[in-house]
Amino acid sequence: MRHKTLSGWLMAMPLTLVLVFFLVLPIIMIVIVSFWRATEFSIIPDFDFENYEFLFGSNVTYRVFLNTFKYAAITWALTLAIGFTIAYFLAFHVRTLTWQIALFLLCTIPFWTSNIIRMISWIPFLGRNGIANSTLISWGVVGEPVDWLLFSDFAVILAFVHLYTLFMVVPIFNTMMRIDKSLIEAARDAGANGAQILWNVIIPLTKPGIMIGTIFVVTLVMGDFITVRFMSGSQSANVGRLISNDIALLAYPSAAATAVVLLLTVLIVIGLMLRFVDIRKEL
Amino acid sequence: MEPRPRSFYILAAFFGLFLLFLYGPTITIGILSFQGPSGGLTFPMRGTSLHWFYDLFEQQAVGDIWGSFRRSFALGLMVMVTTVVVSVMGGLAFRKRFRGSGILFYLIITSLVIPSILISLGVGLIFSQSGMEVHWSTSGFGSQLTWTLPFGLLIMFAVFNRFDKSYEEAARDLGATPWQTLRHVVLPIIAPSLIGVALFGFTLSYDEFARTLLTAGSYNTLPLEIYGMTTNVTTPVLYALGTLTTLFSLLIIGVFLGFAWWSAKRKARAGSDAGKGMV
Repeated sequence: MRHKTLSGWLMAMPLTLVLVFFLVLPIIMIVIVSFWRATEFSIIPDFDFENYEFLFGSNVTYRVFLNTFKYAAITWALTLAIGFTIAYFLAFHVRTLTWQIALFLLCTIPFWTSNIIRMISWIPFLGRNGIANSTLISWGVVGEPVDWLLFSDFAVILAFVHLYTLFMVVPIFNTMMRIDKSLIEAARDAGANGAQILWNVIIPLTKPGIMIGTIFVVTLVMGDFITVRFMSGSQSANVGRLISNDIALLAYPSAAATAVVLLLTVLIVIGLMLRFVDIRKEL
Repeated sequence: MEPRPRSFYILAAFFGLFLLFLYGPTITIGILSFQGPSGGLTFPMRGTSLHWFYDLFEQQAVGDIWGSFRRSFALGLMVMVTTVVVSVMGGLAFRKRFRGSGILFYLIITSLVIPSILISLGVGLIFSQSGMEVHWSTSGFGSQLTWTLPFGLLIMFAVFNRFDKSYEEAARDLGATPWQTLRHVVLPIIAPSLIGVALFGFTLSYDEFARTLLTAGSYNTLPLEIYGMTTNVTTPVLYALGTLTTLFSLLIIGVFLGFAWWSAKRKARAGSDAGKGMV
């Protein structure tokens, strides 16, 4: 038993070292610095709750947190609806494994390319003279270019859905592929129609995949700062941007305090979700 | 085969639209990068040319694109190799279900869900406060590992969950040492999935932005360079660069997928002689 523990930790040593030095220590450092003070030029060790007092005393904080949750909720609902439909099509309507793998890969390839370039690539679509506006005008839907397509909440959500739907497709597809097809046959034999099979058999059995996808999407959106900054043209804010703005002003203690609150928020949300799913069993 | 239900066609159309949504914008900037010299960031095309691609090769027109590309490529390879080795060792370790593995597992999950900017901020603060210089190959390298390792390990968990232990037992029964079992039985079986881990390691590193923002130091990686360009470059040279890096990513993905396909084929051929008979 002791031998197993020792050899296990030895094998996991490189992993542990990386996680300690680049995950645990940075978190501890952020917590420590969140109690420091900042002058114009440097940061000074201290034990001071001023950063937190300022954070919780400001209306901006609550608005920005609320906005962050709003982005997360809307993106979650959209990615779930789209991701579930795509996974359902791949798992139950595509009949051969070769096609399933090929189409699945088509969905995953963009994930391995640059997010920033995928954001940039919306400019010709959404810009004032972009494809969307010229199409709308030529159809007579609008008289003059719509301004809120690019650099708006709409663009932010669109980019989130564009970037992160994949994180729903993969785990949901994975769980769907493990559903015993005879269960569906049994339901059909018992007289269930397509919608009933979907609602009473497939969705309950797909819940673990949905939970894992949810964890990915919610954490990615809540921790984001670059998509919001780029797609809103710096007009909207979320918590990540609050942190990155502080960093740009070299106000590290204030950034650290916001980061601590954000981390706690994310961990609480994930902790709640993990109660519903055993990730290791689902892989 | 029974006829396809009507829902199939509706869903297939939805799937097609989804693919259009995924690839449409990228293809659009691919087309727009061939804008004529007087063309802008949106349609119409004002002639076609390679003007903006030529621009990329001129040092003054844009920043240090090629230097940052070299750095990103080197860093991607470093992260890839490390991710594969560390993930395999970690995956093997977790099979032992050793004491304390639960904590390590939760650390991996934390590493996956923690907002990237926190890693950037924390690592940057540690380096600056302890007087070390941030550099893409030290602080940047470690920060990226906190993003690639969870993916590598999740793949390894999935692989080992499906691993048939009787192969190892057979090797042991034949007198193989633990190292021989690992080298000649376990590793060849999991080899195709290691290609997947390597693909994740390289591409996630090559495209990583947030975790290297404060940890790359004075020499930018390519995503940082591109991001810098978005704020001050308003010509299609941005699209030309985007198109080139996307093509490069696609090339890398193609190489990995081809390699995975080849190794799965090879495994299928070498792995079983069932049905071949004794003749």
